[in-house]
Amino acid sequence: MSAHRRSLTGWGRTSPSVAEVVPVSAMDDIAAALDGLGPRGVIGRGLGRSYGDPAQNAGGRVIDFTGLVGIHQLDVDEGRVTVEAGTSLDDLMRWLVPLGWFVPVTPGTRQVTVGGAIASDIHGKDHHVTGSWCQHVEALTIVTPQGGKRRITPSQDPDLFWATAGGMGLTGLVVDATIRLKRIETSSLSIDEDRTNDLDETMALMDGGDDAYDYSVAWIDLTATGRSMGRSILTRGQFATLDQLDAKRRRDPLAFRSTTVADAPRLVPPRLLNRASIRVFNELWYRKAPRRRRGQLQSITGFFHPLDLVGEWNRLYGSAGFLQWQCVVPLQEEAALRRMVGELSASGCTSFLAVLKRFGAANPGPLSFPMPGWTLALDIPADTRADLPALLDRLDDQVVAAGGRIYLAKDSRMRPELLGAMYPRLDEWRRVRAEVDPQGVLASDLGRRLGLA
Amino acid sequence: MRDALGGVQSVLVLGGGSEIARATVRKLVADRCRTVILAGRRPAALEPVAAELRDAGATTVEVVAFDAQDTTSHATVLGDVFDRHPDLDVVLLAFGVLGSQPEFEADPSAAAAAVQANYVGAVSSGLVVADRLRRQGHGQLVVLSSVAGERARRDNFVYGSSKAGLDAFAQGLADSLTGSGVSVVIVRPGFVRTQMTEGMTDAPFATTADAVADDIVAGIRRDAPVVWSPAKLRWVFVVLRHLPRPIWRKVANR
Repeated sequence: MSAHRRSLTGWGRTSPSVAEVVPVSAMDDIAAALDGLGPRGVIGRGLGRSYGDPAQNAGGRVIDFTGLVGIHQLDVDEGRVTVEAGTSLDDLMRWLVPLGWFVPVTPGTRQVTVGGAIASDIHGKDHHVTGSWCQHVEALTIVTPQGGKRRITPSQDPDLFWATAGGMGLTGLVVDATIRLKRIETSSLSIDEDRTNDLDETMALMDGGDDAYDYSVAWIDLTATGRSMGRSILTRGQFATLDQLDAKRRRDPLAFRSTTVADAPRLVPPRLLNRASIRVFNELWYRKAPRRRRGQLQSITGFFHPLDLVGEWNRLYGSAGFLQWQCVVPLQEEAALRRMVGELSASGCTSFLAVLKRFGAANPGPLSFPMPGWTLALDIPADTRADLPALLDRLDDQVVAAGGRIYLAKDSRMRPELLGAMYPRLDEWRRVRAEVDPQGVLASDLGRRLGLA
Repeated sequence: MRDALGGVQSVLVLGGGSEIARATVRKLVADRCRTVILAGRRPAALEPVAAELRDAGATTVEVVAFDAQDTTSHATVLGDVFDRHPDLDVVLLAFGVLGSQPEFEADPSAAAAAVQANYVGAVSSGLVVADRLRRQGHGQLVVLSSVAGERARRDNFVYGSSKAGLDAFAQGLADSLTGSGVSVVIVRPGFVRTQMTEGMTDAPFATTADAVADDIVAGIRRDAPVVWSPAKLRWVFVVLRHLPRPIWRKVANR
């Protein structure tokens, strides 16, 4: 174990700060990593896929969990696994897919750790059916400044468990977790695809049909304006059954390959992803999709994690980096969503990838992001335009007015004043945190920026 | 904490009375800066500025007595500020006296006092601030230099040489902070119409405190190592810097 001072950023590569980074690879290292803490505290870090600053701790200590990897226990019959917090979803899939088990929830990348998945209470394309990550955690081991190491479950320790779900790592250091898996017969997905002409058609299709599918997501072309505003490609499906496979796939129905085609180059021309190139990409992407297609077989990577094929793809945004803006507004607030999409399209605020998804029910976590409603997520280059900060501030205000919220795992720039309105149970969360960490030892740049703790 | 688009939440101003500093802070507060500490030689004179910033939306505004010339006090005075405010995103080093060249020549001790404030005071407070920002792991030190330091002029070479020293100091300090999470933004305004320059005839490319503040805020956002204000002065000085002395004398004293 060797500590060194290092500059850290989130996946968006904005707002770097320097911290003492301490790698851990065994349970015993954790206690040592908490020794001799300075006044600026400590936070855990996984694979750094949060876009902003939750896994940074300027001037303090950051515990790098990516070396704490492995399975403690696996029940292949029941589909239950206990893994160390630094284990990635990629690890889990490589080990478990061939055995006929899949992670209960997967985001758009496999390169997140189990600890990070809990801290952000991540969601995926199946939220309307399965909820978010922490609803599939049966128990976890957490080290808190006040209570030391303890094993908690949602039924016996609901307060701490649910404060930890989406608690951005500020309630304790999660060291392992027991997760319920999802049974799969094959590693292929059967996908239906619909290309829509505008936002209303997209939302109508999702409203009417999402319940028939395990997975559903719409890619929105935010560069389209006027009558085509919000035109989308809607992809929905579920894991294929054995009899849906062709003869070739049936030979190895649970095959899974985790590969990258290439790494993005270290140096890219400045502003490679600019308004023009993003517009062209969106146009091509929209046009290549069929109007309607049913039952197409896709791989796990092809359907869930296409961006994982390009390693370090965040470099493509150049040195200025990029940010992601993800909001959710309640189901009945379609008008607000339409206004926001309209404003984004009209502003020329181009987004390489904008995604719309209809969430299902929320869970008890006071800082957990999902709520029944529409979630919109977009990537935006950080250097394109001078009026971007004001545009995003206006959109935040509209989200709050509609009773919605911004996803903290994606945020890198919202105003702290809005936090309480977005997360009305914030004080409840703060009370739990004050019990387990009265001195405020757990600290992050995100926590400081938003005045979370 | 500074955000992904370069918005900042807190600022400490050394030389809170400076018109450029005041205009800059006003703009930062109009965005999302909520904590402002104004440090200056005459705290009472800063109270109206503080009140104005509170009205504009700043939630924590403090006024602190700070004397640039009294270098022995810097570690204590600035240390206290950092102890009370563990995160300062921007420190704006804005104090400075222009003075009058003829008076400096008549009274060398007055010249030395001006240099003591502009340069020696900046070295001392700059080093204290750099150390605290380094421990904090993030932050920007914005240093108000001047084009007067780019090439000395007969009309203001006491002031100019103090700014030349300050500019060189800030450049070296920036290099020493590489990898610390802390950066230095050096601001080189041209002739600015302020109280400090009242009664003087405008130099070419004369600008206003408000315009300089716009450039500073943009520089903070981009984390620019050097901000010229107006921006074209950068190219003007590429030429001026290399003019033969006799020609420079004619140009500079026009």
